[in-house]
Amino acid sequence: MKKRIIVVASLVLILCLVLAAAQRLLMPKYQDDVIEGSMIEEYYDEELNHEVVFIGDCEVYENFSTMKLWEEYGITSYIRGSSQQLAWQSYYLLEDTLKHETPKVVVFNVLSLKYNEPQKEAYNRMSIDGMKWSMSKVNNIKASMTEDEHFLDYVFPILRYHSRWSELEKQDFEHFFTKDKVTHNGYYMRVDVRPQGPFPDPMPLDDYTLGSNAMSYLDKMTALCEEKGIELVLIKAPTEFPYWYPEWDEQIVKYAEDHGLTYINMIPLQDEIGLDMSVDTYDAGLHLNLSGAEKLSLYFGKFLVDNYQLTDYRKNETYAKVYGEKLDYYYKMIEEQKAELEG
Amino acid sequence: MDALIEILTNLHPEVDFDTCETLVDDKIIDSFDIVSIISEVNEEYDVVIPAEEIIPENFNSAKALYALIKKLEDEE
Amino acid sequence: MLFTSAKFIAFLIALVFLYYLVPKKAQWPLLLIGSYAFYYFADTSGMYLIFIITTTISAYFAGIMMNKVNDKSSAYLKANKETLSKEDKKAYKAKMKSKKWAILLVCLIFNIGILSVTKYTNFVINNINTFLSDASKLQPIAMIVPMGISFYTFQTCGYIIDVYRGKHDAQRNPFKLALFVSFFPQLVQGPISRYSDMEASLYKEHKLNESDISEGLTRILWGYFKKLVVADRIITAVTTLISDTAYSGTYVFVAMLFYAFELYCDFTGGIDITIGIARILGITLKENFNLPYFSKNIKEYWNRWHITMGTWFTDYIFYPISVSGPMLKLSKWSREHLGQNIGKRVSVYLSSLIVWFTTGLWHGAAWNFIVWGLMNFVVIMISQELEPLYAKFHGKFKVKDKAWYGVFEIVRTIFLMSMIRMFDCYRDVPLTFKMVGTMFTRVNLKIFVDGSLLNLGITKADYIILVVAFIIILSVSTIKYNRGFVFNKDKYLLRYSLLAVLFVLIIVFGAYGVGYDSTQFIYNQF
Repeated sequence: MKKRIIVVASLVLILCLVLAAAQRLLMPKYQDDVIEGSMIEEYYDEELNHEVVFIGDCEVYENFSTMKLWEEYGITSYIRGSSQQLAWQSYYLLEDTLKHETPKVVVFNVLSLKYNEPQKEAYNRMSIDGMKWSMSKVNNIKASMTEDEHFLDYVFPILRYHSRWSELEKQDFEHFFTKDKVTHNGYYMRVDVRPQGPFPDPMPLDDYTLGSNAMSYLDKMTALCEEKGIELVLIKAPTEFPYWYPEWDEQIVKYAEDHGLTYINMIPLQDEIGLDMSVDTYDAGLHLNLSGAEKLSLYFGKFLVDNYQLTDYRKNETYAKVYGEKLDYYYKMIEEQKAELEG
Repeated sequence: MDALIEILTNLHPEVDFDTCETLVDDKIIDSFDIVSIISEVNEEYDVVIPAEEIIPENFNSAKALYALIKKLEDEE
Repeated sequence: MLFTSAKFIAFLIALVFLYYLVPKKAQWPLLLIGSYAFYYFADTSGMYLIFIITTTISAYFAGIMMNKVNDKSSAYLKANKETLSKEDKKAYKAKMKSKKWAILLVCLIFNIGILSVTKYTNFVINNINTFLSDASKLQPIAMIVPMGISFYTFQTCGYIIDVYRGKHDAQRNPFKLALFVSFFPQLVQGPISRYSDMEASLYKEHKLNESDISEGLTRILWGYFKKLVVADRIITAVTTLISDTAYSGTYVFVAMLFYAFELYCDFTGGIDITIGIARILGITLKENFNLPYFSKNIKEYWNRWHITMGTWFTDYIFYPISVSGPMLKLSKWSREHLGQNIGKRVSVYLSSLIVWFTTGLWHGAAWNFIVWGLMNFVVIMISQELEPLYAKFHGKFKVKDKAWYGVFEIVRTIFLMSMIRMFDCYRDVPLTFKMVGTMFTRVNLKIFVDGSLLNLGITKADYIILVVAFIIILSVSTIKYNRGFVFNKDKYLLRYSLLAVLFVLIIVFGAYGVGYDSTQFIYNQF
């Protein structure tokens, strides 16, 4: 009997190991194509703290070059961005981040406040799967799930990704144990250019009020930053599509006033920033490319150092060394992407 | 008893009904056979085998079936 | 709560834990609570529960009243043993029997009445409407059809008939009876159990033991394997094929084989899960399948497929009709007037016809099912009539015991049954005849090689899985067919290892989650 228990126990153990390995293999690696799925996870590899943390959707992770902020101003920053990151996801990512460090400034891009309900399973997974387990992740899942999703699928992602067995690629095996870095402190680099074209006219809405659910998470972010003594800066990235309605803008302006926050709507500031949307975007005006992101970073970095007591870490040896390597990788990627474009 | 054996043998000439004791269990006779048997028994012995008596124990052997018929005759 | 939903699995795990933790006396009451909870989750308005409780109460009182009649009559007979003449006794017994008969009849009419009204009202209305002008057409009625009503009604009727027949006493505890009627694993798709089979283990106190758990678990996983890896995968192709009449000719043949595979895996898989769950709870259920696709003829098939339904119809409809007075008279008359040979069969076939008509109707309120039932009858009748011919054939050619002939018979039976089953698939009876007809007239073998089969909604990878699963299922079945069991009980290491492998296979290759709709078991609808 005793022998039998040992046998059963070891079998169960082997079973768990096999399932864990299968799960690892079957989960998307987000290394070559949809690299946005790797962003959230990459943060945990950071060894040094950051004074500025961005949270938000593609309007932060494609528009701000953290490396330019470093090179120009010595600002240490990280972008905890993910595709279609919704307000509650931003909040729980902020919670998660504050478990590891306390930055001086948190920058939140307000576009996602237009969404009041969970949107798409695929984006949820990219925002959440990479998070380390904590109550923040649990609550994030609960707040994010669409109707057809199950909590269990997040606990055991194999239940979600099992059918990928027929689509496994080389990268799934190559990156079974380790993943490559795909961002620069959360910045997603694109060097290609596709000039901005005409956008469709904005559709009138029935109701311009930003949803109360989304806004309640903005409240929570505000409260959390206040509690930790962090300056919360609200921004609207300078890109004009998806359309940012003036009615929405008014509400954010009012909110910032009421709560003593800084809010910068950068859309009217395109000229001041120096953006030329015929060369500074890679997807016809939706997101900035490298050149656009660097211009915006120059502009916004100046604003940060002018208004907040940030440290210039370039003089710090530890930082200088680590960021030196990061910069090398940054320039290497620029070269590679350019080479690929020409080739 | 002989009359019963004759009824049975007419249905399945290949079976030795004197010795076989698993007619139902081994699916030698099926529900169609059972109904045929009952209607012929009804004519031969003038007893009606009611549905509740159609259980394997009563139909597994010619002997058991004969015992059932006797019992029913007795109750008449 | 589908068997395949995470909710159900959580419910089950919680229940099993509680079951072995609570005092042994509380085990069956816990099952009753669990069963009612399960049923309540299926319809939170509580209407389903009202239906099943009504049925239970009616059966309870009918049973108790019959018990009383029995007690009274045996007491009376005993007390007056000396004074009563044989004729008096007989008369008294007959009187008592007719009393019980009245009780039985009321109870059966009541319950079959509920079943008929809920399931067949709109079917009747539709049929009447075909004779009415547009202006006077009757409106269909929004009707609640409680989940599994066909199953639990039949099970309850079987119980009450057996009490009437004196096979067993009535259950004196209404809650125990309620558990028998509503036992959750079999509530939705059978098997249709007999009280006499279940009573021994259902209310017993169960101690946790390894063989129950491990064998029950094996059974459950095997069921999930068939359901999730095969049935829920191939269903996409079946649906594509049968919902578009452009898929005619050889496509119908493909649909027929695919549906045969799907239904087998869906239904036997569901029953495996049911029996496995009961086993884990220490409760033994009757087997509902015995390798049906190894049948050599259609009669054998019906002894191996959906066994509990088949025996139910035989015991409670076929026999009573066959041995009823009028039928015996008919038999006598026909033998006198039509000759021994034909006369012998008239009454059997008539009873059989009634049984198959009801079987069809039981499966669903549609002509498709009725015609399906009648087709079964026709095939059985023809093969019965051809028997002398077969005997002659086998007398001449000694092939009966040859292995290849056995395989031929098996394949023939599968094809025949699968073809009849196409009535499940197409919209109506004429369309089924038409589509099955094209199978023979429009043969197009090219579709097997030109990639057409990859356009049915399942990919090459899916086909690989289906083929591998088919080989696994066929191997396991063949082993079981040849030696009666799959695993040697002593080889527990092998058994447990295979269990673990099965679990991994289900998790990875199951057709569940994103991209797959969770599908009901086919037999849930009946």
